[in-house]
Amino acid sequence: MTRRAELAVIGAGPAGAYAAMAATAAGVDCIVIDEAKAAGGQVYRAPAVRRSKTKPEVVEGDRLRSALQTSGASLAFGRRVWLVEPGFIIHAIGRDGPETIEADRLILATGTTERVIPFPGWTTPGVIGLAAATILLKAEATLPGKRTLVAGRGPLLAAVAAGILEHGGEVAAVLDHSPRMHWLIALPKLASRLDLLRRGLGWWATLKRAGVPIRHGDGIAEVTGVDDGLLIKTRSGRAVTCDAVAVGHGLTPSTEITRLLGARHRYAAELGGWVPALDAFGRTSVDGLMVCGDGAGVRGAAAAALAGELAGLAAARELGHLDQARFDARASSMETALARASRFGGAMAAMTAPCADDIKAFGAETIICRCEDVTRGQIDAAIDAGASTIDQLKAWTRAGMGPCQGRLCGEAVAAILADHAGGREQVGLWTGRAPIRPVPVADLVGDVAYEDIAIPKAAPL
Amino acid sequence: MSRFDAVVVGGGIMGCTTALWLARGGMCTALIERDAVARSASGVNAGTLTLHMTRAALIPYALKGWQLWATARDWLGHDVGVVAAPGLCLAFTKAEAALLEERSAVRREQGAPIKIIAPDRARKIEPGLSGALKLAAHSPIDGHVPAYLTGLAYKKALVEAGCTILEQQPVTALDRLSAGFRIHTGETIVDTKRLVLAGGVWLEPLLALLNVLLPVKTLINQLVVLERLPPVIQSVVTIASGLLSLKQFTNGTVLIGGGWQGKGDRESGETAIIPENLIGNVQLAAHAVPALKRGRILRSWLGFEAETADAMPIIGSVPGMADIFVIGSVHSGYTSAPYMGRLLADHILGLDPAMPLFPMERLLTGHAEGVVA
Repeated sequence: MTRRAELAVIGAGPAGAYAAMAATAAGVDCIVIDEAKAAGGQVYRAPAVRRSKTKPEVVEGDRLRSALQTSGASLAFGRRVWLVEPGFIIHAIGRDGPETIEADRLILATGTTERVIPFPGWTTPGVIGLAAATILLKAEATLPGKRTLVAGRGPLLAAVAAGILEHGGEVAAVLDHSPRMHWLIALPKLASRLDLLRRGLGWWATLKRAGVPIRHGDGIAEVTGVDDGLLIKTRSGRAVTCDAVAVGHGLTPSTEITRLLGARHRYAAELGGWVPALDAFGRTSVDGLMVCGDGAGVRGAAAAALAGELAGLAAARELGHLDQARFDARASSMETALARASRFGGAMAAMTAPCADDIKAFGAETIICRCEDVTRGQIDAAIDAGASTIDQLKAWTRAGMGPCQGRLCGEAVAAILADHAGGREQVGLWTGRAPIRPVPVADLVGDVAYEDIAIPKAAPL
Repeated sequence: MSRFDAVVVGGGIMGCTTALWLARGGMCTALIERDAVARSASGVNAGTLTLHMTRAALIPYALKGWQLWATARDWLGHDVGVVAAPGLCLAFTKAEAALLEERSAVRREQGAPIKIIAPDRARKIEPGLSGALKLAAHSPIDGHVPAYLTGLAYKKALVEAGCTILEQQPVTALDRLSAGFRIHTGETIVDTKRLVLAGGVWLEPLLALLNVLLPVKTLINQLVVLERLPPVIQSVVTIASGLLSLKQFTNGTVLIGGGWQGKGDRESGETAIIPENLIGNVQLAAHAVPALKRGRILRSWLGFEAETADAMPIIGSVPGMADIFVIGSVHSGYTSAPYMGRLLADHILGLDPAMPLFPMERLLTGHAEGVVA
């Protein structure tokens, strides 16, 4: 099945939803595509289980879902995009099989991937990511375990730990890899959104009241599976027992589609890593291709919504649905709010950035690529043998060749190589490849008769 | 400035093997590669060591090449992970069956141990094959190499042989000196007595730097890999038309190829999948081995294959230009590559090559004046 639209938006989190609504309101024929069954993205993920208590993100998510529903934009949810061709042709797999969507312009609002910093034992069953834990809690109202250790960096620590308590779980401890000083340094920027700051402080207060041990400047040294759960050794030498670990080091922008389409990228540690090079409205180096939201650099939900709206307006302007004067007026009125939201989100994102010590801490036996069982030692050996680019390192070790397509190990592999090569810019980015997510063969090939397979003419004898 | 006895431009398997034997033969040798060693066609191809897909006239070379791959540990000094397996070439229609019989007979005449077998016999050898099979051809000599790892083995061998390796350095200019050549890469300048061009699809622009006009077409071959599956096939599976190559590596991943085309060009190095071709290639693979429908497609990529006007190799001296040599454009040349590199090295070292080379005179379309030595 093929559909056509002037503008396609991939991703229906706050950035994509606001982009689509702004463009549609200006008269653009727009279609929004998302893998999930409903809009909301990660931050406003629609709960599968409705609870009586209405949290701010559920209220905001419902508001966003209903606004998008009535906006007039076409919605294509439950679609897994596996390829985007220039110009633009979007190939997706839906409930009814393969679909293509053709659009003159494309806005990517594909968010982020959890940044994984390996440590000995991180692949032990029961260890999950902080962002994964938020999905469990928000969407499924499910606890990671009976007694969970929460560790890593950044604001999700308190959010997840408080969420576990709220759902009736036990938090063994919170290990904040950052020293307390990091929070103090960030405070002036966090004060730009007092409501969110207050909510964050509320989570920490809840944890204190519940008597959860909170250790700033400590982290996980090793996780071992034991008979009745997990044994955690901390960097400061403490031992913690639990049956689940939620650990995270922030988020990194998803660049699969911009890489595939050959857009220019730059490395910006403060934005979460490699990001597409953009102008003020989210335009990439590829004509007609825009990016907004955390996928353009981690800035949080509030900034994502504003950047999305701006991108939607810019697309409407380029498609001739908005004149320059009206576009300029709308855009300039949003500048202050976007800057303020970005300041807050940026400070939050900066707190999650891993330190060089996090990478140096793990030894030769530590698994880096869990899909292909590649250890730190094997990666070091390939670098010693002369692998100088990230693509060559992938070829020689198979790191990044498994089902996660490098999303889990990419950060750690690049960080290790960067140590030798003199920086992340020198290391480069893995070449973008289709499919951008694994595609079941059965979904793609369908029930075709042999004579209908378009086999090219025979090779020469 | 360094002055070498021989410089090989192009670090694929042909160039690497030539450089290796020149260095081992006592020449002060350098290898210059525009990307990294064996990262272009030689690193991203399907790694199929097959006679069913080799052009008939090249079968004697492929048989020698197969032997060299199988014994890499002995002569290269490093394991390249070769897996020897039988090769099964399939036919699903009457027309394909006729093609299979005809092509197998010609290849057999050239020395390939290929036998036509009935479908039930083929399914006994490879139970995963489709029940729709009409006819099959069997070769006990077939197999595969993880192509992405061969560069690592070759790089070690070249270093051990004393060959200088310059990577990430595309050649930008070639000057003829009174004796020998000066090679410019933008980063360095290298002088050499002898020049070997082994640049794959970039042979045409390299030869053009010497005012030799030889068209080299760029094929943009597609490969698709499925995630690890429980064992589904052990043979290398191909079809009569040559449009499928299918194998399962020891790690469980399944690689689907066969020369279906993508988009791209050699100047920018950029490539893109043609979705219909990706789907068609996988449909064909899943038709041959239905269990593949249980897998997921993880990744696809495209590699450049060089093809001359007659789709036959060019290996030997450049006419009228002493001390310039060319090697490349071997259809499905990965199997034969280590042998062909050895042949050219022997020719350059003044030894008698054990099999005929492939002179390029037949293909020259132009030859500027004043460059002939």
